[in-house]
Amino acid sequence: MKVALFVTCLVDSLYPQVGEAMVRLLHRLGVDVDFPEQQTCCGQPAFNSGYWDDAREVARTLLDAFDPYDYVVSPSGSCCGMIYHYYPDLFAGDAESRRRAAALTEKTYEFSQFLVRVLEVSDVGASFPARATYHPSCHGSRLLGVRDEPLELLRHVRGLELVPLPYAADCCGFGGTFAVKMGELSSAMVEDKVRHVEETQAQVLVGTDMGCLMNIGGRMAREGRRVRVMHLAQLLYEGTQAQHRREIVG
Amino acid sequence: MSQTGIRERAKSALQDPLLQQAVQFTTDRLRTRKANVTETFGRWQEWRDRGRDIRAHTIAHLDFYLQQFADNVRSAGGHVHFAADAEEAAQAIVDIAKKRRAKLVVKSKSMVSEEIHLNRHLEDEGIQVVETDLGEYIIQLAGETPSHIIIPSIHKTREQIRELFTKAGGENLTTDTKALTGFARRTLRTLFQSADIGVTGCNFGIAESGTVVLFTNEGNADMVANLPRTHVVIMGMERILPSFADLEVFSHLLPKSATGQNVITYMSCFTGPRRDGEADGARELHVVILDNGRSRQLGDADFQDILHCIRCGACLNVCPVYRQIGGHAYGSVYPGPVGAVLTPLLNPGPEYADLPYASSLCGACFEACPVQIPLHDMLVKLRRRHVAQGLAKRGERAASRGFRLVFARAGRYRAIIRSGRLGQVLVARHGGIDARIGPLRGWTQTRRAPVLAKRSFREGWPGLRQELRQGNRPPATGTEGAPAHETAVNKE
Repeated sequence: MKVALFVTCLVDSLYPQVGEAMVRLLHRLGVDVDFPEQQTCCGQPAFNSGYWDDAREVARTLLDAFDPYDYVVSPSGSCCGMIYHYYPDLFAGDAESRRRAAALTEKTYEFSQFLVRVLEVSDVGASFPARATYHPSCHGSRLLGVRDEPLELLRHVRGLELVPLPYAADCCGFGGTFAVKMGELSSAMVEDKVRHVEETQAQVLVGTDMGCLMNIGGRMAREGRRVRVMHLAQLLYEGTQAQHRREIVG
Repeated sequence: MSQTGIRERAKSALQDPLLQQAVQFTTDRLRTRKANVTETFGRWQEWRDRGRDIRAHTIAHLDFYLQQFADNVRSAGGHVHFAADAEEAAQAIVDIAKKRRAKLVVKSKSMVSEEIHLNRHLEDEGIQVVETDLGEYIIQLAGETPSHIIIPSIHKTREQIRELFTKAGGENLTTDTKALTGFARRTLRTLFQSADIGVTGCNFGIAESGTVVLFTNEGNADMVANLPRTHVVIMGMERILPSFADLEVFSHLLPKSATGQNVITYMSCFTGPRRDGEADGARELHVVILDNGRSRQLGDADFQDILHCIRCGACLNVCPVYRQIGGHAYGSVYPGPVGAVLTPLLNPGPEYADLPYASSLCGACFEACPVQIPLHDMLVKLRRRHVAQGLAKRGERAASRGFRLVFARAGRYRAIIRSGRLGQVLVARHGGIDARIGPLRGWTQTRRAPVLAKRSFREGWPGLRQELRQGNRPPATGTEGAPAHETAVNKE
């Protein structure tokens, strides 16, 4: 089984520790991933703004990078959602690209999806004694259909107290360029999200998309809130490290 | 209509805590009720599939069913007027009112009448118009327009309503529901009896019989349709269902989606005017069928499905943007996600071109839609259309070009990250960017922005790969030394 990592531009440039945690965890589970370097970005920033020609040229880097692999796994429900839901439309113009895009769509999995559905693992043997709450990303859950997989993985973490997030399905206000273009509106949305996270009194906020977590975490950092923001892969990997120090807060 | 952009209007709405309080209180209640009623009812997705299939079939054959509907309205004794645009529709109704020498027109709730600005046209002719739906009555007194498709006065608090009713002559009113509705009921009752014309909308027009179907909760539409001598129906041309069998499906989908009601209080069916020997009903029935940009969507693969909409408002109730800004900020008759799609489609051009950007593309609207209109996809496709028509900002086009230039080649992307890391030392403090100026200020005004990592994933990859290749698989921890996945598999 040849597995490639689609790291996403956000994780690559801003949160490499998320990609690393994912690679290490998969390695523990017996899956050695490869990282084809032609990959850059799924093209969403241009696509969602209406510049499909620009998006297509960027998206082509993924078609090229992942051609030789059986599976593509990625730490982002949003970027996978882009491939899964929109690449068929984006590459509708020419038959050859459309075929390659369809092939990519078939073999691309979001991280938790890959663990639960492909590897059929819901217990990675992690232990993480903390109170945590989970924010589902809109694209992950609605475009890609990843709903129960992250929760199933979290439920098997020893010592983890998982508390439901009020209004969990409401968007955090990220929305890519939306967060900058409609800054005030996006801020009002993230303020609501942060308030709901606070209500859970969780020490850790877990998610499967660094876009949302960057937004919610960025707001909490500005307000000086002491909630640790983690990608699911980070929590699971740290949880498998016996020596991991429980620096849950701060 | 709108002088400012959606961003400015949203900004001012965000500064109105009473508005947010009122909108959030009511949408929360509607969400909960809908979730409960659909769960109890069961197999909701199958009902949605059925609803979508019926609407798709009807709209795909709209020419046939519309003709059948019109023929049947006429053979039942009604008059049919086709109106190409808002002006024609309003004129048709004004002509009917003038012919009848009408002084007073009573109305039940109709979004299409808002779309054609019917009240203004009638008032310009010196005809008094009174809204009789409670919510519409409230906003008519306030001199406003609806801010929700189903609950026009959703943005008003009880106290604001009490003040409006007191100004309209209500004495010693409290904010109690009974007191407020009691006042409206007493005031409106006398008007029903003296009105010359009643104007209603139409939830569904049944093609096989020429029947106009209305879904209401207050009973006012029955008064409006039956008491005055003349009943005028105003409807969008897409509001057709082939048969009563199809209506059954929508008698479930509409009230459950709109207000979380299991069944609607009044479902009224009007087939032609009063016949000889019948005890009630209007003597004269007119049905005005409006196009106003709708037929332009037929045959458009990207947007035809917008005609499937049954105006239930469910997409508004779940929208995290609507929740913050309410309906008026959209600056158009139809607010919320459906408005952000429908308004620029019905009114192409620069005026409403910014509405599709008032969305984080979260897809909650699609999930809530009883006929599964892919509103989130349409928002993206509208942005694409606006870019193609040159309606987007020039700076944005340049930014997108820049994105392509950098991200279409991994080598360039890598180089840009490296130089960005050098550049960010100027603005980064304590591992983040807090500077509230510059191109990212929309973000940094309220949020810390992250900085580029000291070493990107791809820069660290060769080292990581080597480490994992050389090292044996690390011993699993916490589970007696068995590899974690084996433990997991054994446990399954």
